[in-house]
Amino acid sequence: MADDLGERLAALSCPVPASAGSDTVLLAHGGGGRMSQRLIERLFLPAFDNPALAELHDGAVLTVPAGRLAISTDSYVIHPRFFPGGDIGSLAVHGTVNDLAMCGAQPLALTAGLVLEEGLPMEELERIVRSMQAAAERAGTSIVTGDTKVVDRGKGDGVFVNVTGIGIVPEGIAISPSRARPGDAILLSGRIADHGIAILSLREGLRFETDLASDTAPLNGMVADLLASAGEAVHVLRDPTRGGVASVLNELAQKAGAGVELDEAAIPVGDAVRGACEILGLDPLYVANEGKLVAFVAPHAAEAALAALRAHPLGREAARIGTVVPDHPGRVFLRSRIGGMRVVDMLTGDPLPRIC
Amino acid sequence: MRFVDEYRDGAAAQALVAAVAARVTKPWTLMEICGGQTHTLIRYGIDRMLPEPVTLVHGPGCPVCVTPLVEIDRALEIAGRPGVTFTSFGDMLRVPGSRTDLLTVKARGGDVRMVYSPLDAVKLAEADPSRQVVFFAVGFETTAPANAAAVWEARRKGLKNFSLLVSHVLVPPAMEALLSSPLNRVQGFLAAGHVCTVMGYREYEPIAERYRIPIVVTGFEPIDLLQGILMTLTALEEGRHGVENQYTRSVTREGNVRAQELVAEVFEPCDRAWRGIGVIPGSGLALRGPYASFDAARRFQVEALEVEEPEVCIAGQILQGLKRPSDCAAFGGACTPEHPLGAPMVSSEGACAAYHAYGRG
Repeated sequence: MADDLGERLAALSCPVPASAGSDTVLLAHGGGGRMSQRLIERLFLPAFDNPALAELHDGAVLTVPAGRLAISTDSYVIHPRFFPGGDIGSLAVHGTVNDLAMCGAQPLALTAGLVLEEGLPMEELERIVRSMQAAAERAGTSIVTGDTKVVDRGKGDGVFVNVTGIGIVPEGIAISPSRARPGDAILLSGRIADHGIAILSLREGLRFETDLASDTAPLNGMVADLLASAGEAVHVLRDPTRGGVASVLNELAQKAGAGVELDEAAIPVGDAVRGACEILGLDPLYVANEGKLVAFVAPHAAEAALAALRAHPLGREAARIGTVVPDHPGRVFLRSRIGGMRVVDMLTGDPLPRIC
Repeated sequence: MRFVDEYRDGAAAQALVAAVAARVTKPWTLMEICGGQTHTLIRYGIDRMLPEPVTLVHGPGCPVCVTPLVEIDRALEIAGRPGVTFTSFGDMLRVPGSRTDLLTVKARGGDVRMVYSPLDAVKLAEADPSRQVVFFAVGFETTAPANAAAVWEARRKGLKNFSLLVSHVLVPPAMEALLSSPLNRVQGFLAAGHVCTVMGYREYEPIAERYRIPIVVTGFEPIDLLQGILMTLTALEEGRHGVENQYTRSVTREGNVRAQELVAEVFEPCDRAWRGIGVIPGSGLALRGPYASFDAARRFQVEALEVEEPEVCIAGQILQGLKRPSDCAAFGGACTPEHPLGAPMVSSEGACAAYHAYGRG
């Protein structure tokens, strides 16, 4: 009976509307029917092309090499969707790859969950999907399964992207805030605040007479080099995204029960970003990065670790910016350029530009 | 980076600190007027580098901090109304009124937007005539010219849907109020360099004369502040009074005359309440006759609103330099940047926020 009904309903259902090759995203693209299928076949399959996805099963089945598994997930609701240096697609892939890398893991596979708003130009979706694939390739991994939903116009902000990833942590590697030790050198892989300032200047329509671009990039390659050179001496890794270097170091100091001392003059900041921060009254230490890492490394391996970072294209400007200390556990101090000391606190809310 | 690094040079700073130490023979109390200066002092640890006899007290020059609670409640009242787009500089958004703040009004559906210039608010009004666009005009003489320009522009364009909620304050009357108080202990002032960039420093000359104190127009970088401190202390040690200018790369005696004319065209002085201090005669700006129709308080009929300031907060005494943030019983406990009781804890320029952010007290 039920089967008959199903067949009759199927026969009654409308043919795929002419807009199947639509230039905008429609609700039906997330409906699980033919338009969903076409979207998968015409866009996602060719873009993300890999054997696990090509099975088109409910999930991907992977062969797992030896080692421990790391898993991480992150959702992206950013505005604007496209910005100098990247877009929501590459940012989402890099973000999850980097979260895995901060566990010492190399990515094995990623998943993509897309929530699209009805009316999103199809061309934008295509750009985002291609960008996700390019980012995954750059990180040496693939997107093996995914999901797409479409929400009514006005119920979303164009596109939300979730990327979940699993990765393999090699034998002998144990990265954790609890491994921070007094005396550890604190290394930073390059200039800070590029991403946050690039996004802010775009979002607020500030036109600085210079090219500001996001630093979004996959860090797993640099982490592999770092671990190859310093191995177990790498105690802690963290990517200073939202809240910036200041917030990450506060968090690490609290978790490790140790203090942190920074040297302001050693922290690399590009001139354009410094200028923008000066104008807006923002402190680059609190501004987001998407392609940088902070590493706590045992003192005997600090030089080798720094050399390994600098040898990688993403770490040319890596610097030793401070030290883990036994004093003032849980707090971060900074020696200012002119020699005074101050506390670097956690960020409260979003950084807001000042009146004057 | 040029124009920044030379004013943050470690060796130059150490030399100035040594010069201050060599110059000072007795205790002196100086006040920096501007909240931006307070931040530089604390951020670079300058107050701790100075010799013992020199005490710095932090002045009332944070526009967010001195904006009375009632003014913030007026803003919240207007921002919550349908059809209103309420615009403000970023750091006013988190300032709590007596019940809520602008970010919460936004979360509940109010159209509250951060802008970088009041002229952007004028553009919003022009783009959508169906909405009443209000700009929260807060600040000292520094922001007054741009706010005046916005109203002038809106009037020229005949915009009926733009208005200013004005809470402008002026520095010289506040300095006079501090100096004439029997509790005053300030012996020398670092005047606010940005305010003087607009206004010049002629108006400080009679104050220096009347109260026989040194006033040094000072910039905002560490070297500026150390130079300003050294100049003020030198004058005090030599028994001199009068106005001097440390910030010569930006400030002239006459100031920016065009900007002053624009402010005078649009605004007129009025009595104004300062948070925690009270009403200071002639210390505010109000829209002048031909521009009065752009007054948001009048347009939205919120002039009659009244509120009481919380009692535990000693913002008033802090803003007058009578107490330090760390003297407050609520500091760091009941009052934090996450749950501020008073404005100096909210604005990044506020003395309490500076003490909290940089681990003082």
